[in-house]
Amino acid sequence: MEKSVIKTEYLSKVYTTGFLKRKIRALDNLNLEVKQGEIFGFLGPNAAGKTTTIKILMGLLYPTVGNAYIFGKRIGNHKSKEDIGYLPENPSFYHHLTGFELLNFYGTVFGLPKQIKKERIGHLMETVGLSDASNLRLGKYSKGMNQRIGIAQALVNDPQLLVLDEPLSGLDPLGRKSLRDLILRLKEDGKTIFFSSHILADVEMICDRVGILINGKLLSVGRLERILKEEVESIEITAKIPQRIMDKVIKVASKVVRSGDKTMVIVNREKDSDTVQNIIGRAKGRVISIIPRTKTLEEHFIGEIRRMG
Amino acid sequence: MKIHPVAVNTFKEAVRDKILYVILVFSILTIGSVWLINPLSLGEFEKITKDLGLASISFFGLLISVFVGTRLVYEEIAKKTLYTILPKPVERWEFIIGKYFGLVLVLLLTVTVMTIFFFLITFFNIGEMDFNLLSAIFLTFIELGVITAIAVFFSSFTSPILSAIFTVGIFIAGHLSRDLNALAKMTESTATGVVCKILYYILPNLSNFNVRGEVVHHVPITLEYVLLSVLYGLLYCSIVLIVSIQIFKRKNF
Repeated sequence: MEKSVIKTEYLSKVYTTGFLKRKIRALDNLNLEVKQGEIFGFLGPNAAGKTTTIKILMGLLYPTVGNAYIFGKRIGNHKSKEDIGYLPENPSFYHHLTGFELLNFYGTVFGLPKQIKKERIGHLMETVGLSDASNLRLGKYSKGMNQRIGIAQALVNDPQLLVLDEPLSGLDPLGRKSLRDLILRLKEDGKTIFFSSHILADVEMICDRVGILINGKLLSVGRLERILKEEVESIEITAKIPQRIMDKVIKVASKVVRSGDKTMVIVNREKDSDTVQNIIGRAKGRVISIIPRTKTLEEHFIGEIRRMG
Repeated sequence: MKIHPVAVNTFKEAVRDKILYVILVFSILTIGSVWLINPLSLGEFEKITKDLGLASISFFGLLISVFVGTRLVYEEIAKKTLYTILPKPVERWEFIIGKYFGLVLVLLLTVTVMTIFFFLITFFNIGEMDFNLLSAIFLTFIELGVITAIAVFFSSFTSPILSAIFTVGIFIAGHLSRDLNALAKMTESTATGVVCKILYYILPNLSNFNVRGEVVHHVPITLEYVLLSVLYGLLYCSIVLIVSIQIFKRKNF
């Protein structure tokens, strides 16, 4: 059985703001488990509680209620910190240091021996495509470069768990692809990756499991194919349909789109698809393609948000 | 213990900050300006040279403590650089102590540079090097250590501007704390007496570190006095840093 790397039990966080100490529940009884070796996507709209959860896991925030464990130990444990790599959202680094000096500083914090540190820094700078900017002060880095040095610093200790808060923001399409490839490579090496993102297409491409958080509540969690399969499918039938039977088709279809001599018929149920195909067949029409369409993660995500009102 | 890398990083940050050099250049110009005062010294040139040099080291050291110290922790929070430190194997207390020692290292460097320049000036002006001045400079350095601890304390929960105002306020009040004690003894009002006594014990007694007048007038400073002042300074720093750590430990970032 796979070991649990991250586990939260009834994790809640309430912020008090303003003079009247108004209470805002940012996180509400979060029970979550991330297994060893998986890529877990943590999704949610703005202010859903994703960063709050991550900050609690990283020991930057204290939970109001509940517990969280990393590698089976309570969060903040010195020993487990040695195996965690963390990239905060919109990271900011010491402008007075160069890229090399920054990684060297973090390497020293992890107590890495000099030689290993030197080799690893060189390798990481190459991995994130910053070899030429090694000796450039971080104050002169662009947003994308800043994000890439952030990824490098998260890997400086060769961590078993990588926690990335919005790692794809600020990266161009090429940078995003490189990061996706890197995450998949790390998974192959047995690392666990927990990351939050707004870019759902990327999440869909690489995640084993996702959790959807809205208004501090975890709405659904599970394997991507299972979450999406639970949703109502639609079927797209592209065919050449004689005009005389069009009325019959329109009665069954949810949507009909004509383009030249071809017609695209969209039905919501498999039974309706069979009916449309029979009607076309009997009238000597020709079916060109039948594409069953499952919901995308984005549609599922928007559906969940609407459901929550 | 991860105090060392945090201290080294703080030191690097401060020595790569232009403000440090601006303060250092001004301090050197002020110490050097004694030549301009020479015609007005009326035979007190030696005293004026020493007075001005020692006062400059104290004043510009204070500026460094306040300007750099009050931004020390606050900027780590404001700029979110702290987010990549605390999730690593660094305890919150190690971070505060590391920041403090980093700045103390900066003060050691700047006070040393000012002292070397001051000694060169005294040598060229008076023709001798008075090493008794070192005891006054050493106690000034300890005083700056106390001020830095206070700056770090305020920096851990308030903005740099407020921290600077509070730190300078405590510096001034700290030099008047003996007067508070005297007032507590003289006043007829019990309430005033109690308040003055409390303030006297809470505020740092910075007059303990001021032996500049004695040194300039060749009044001997005993080793016992220096050691006791150092001990007091270390104790005060420790208490202020412990309180800072307790505040910092409870903070949500």
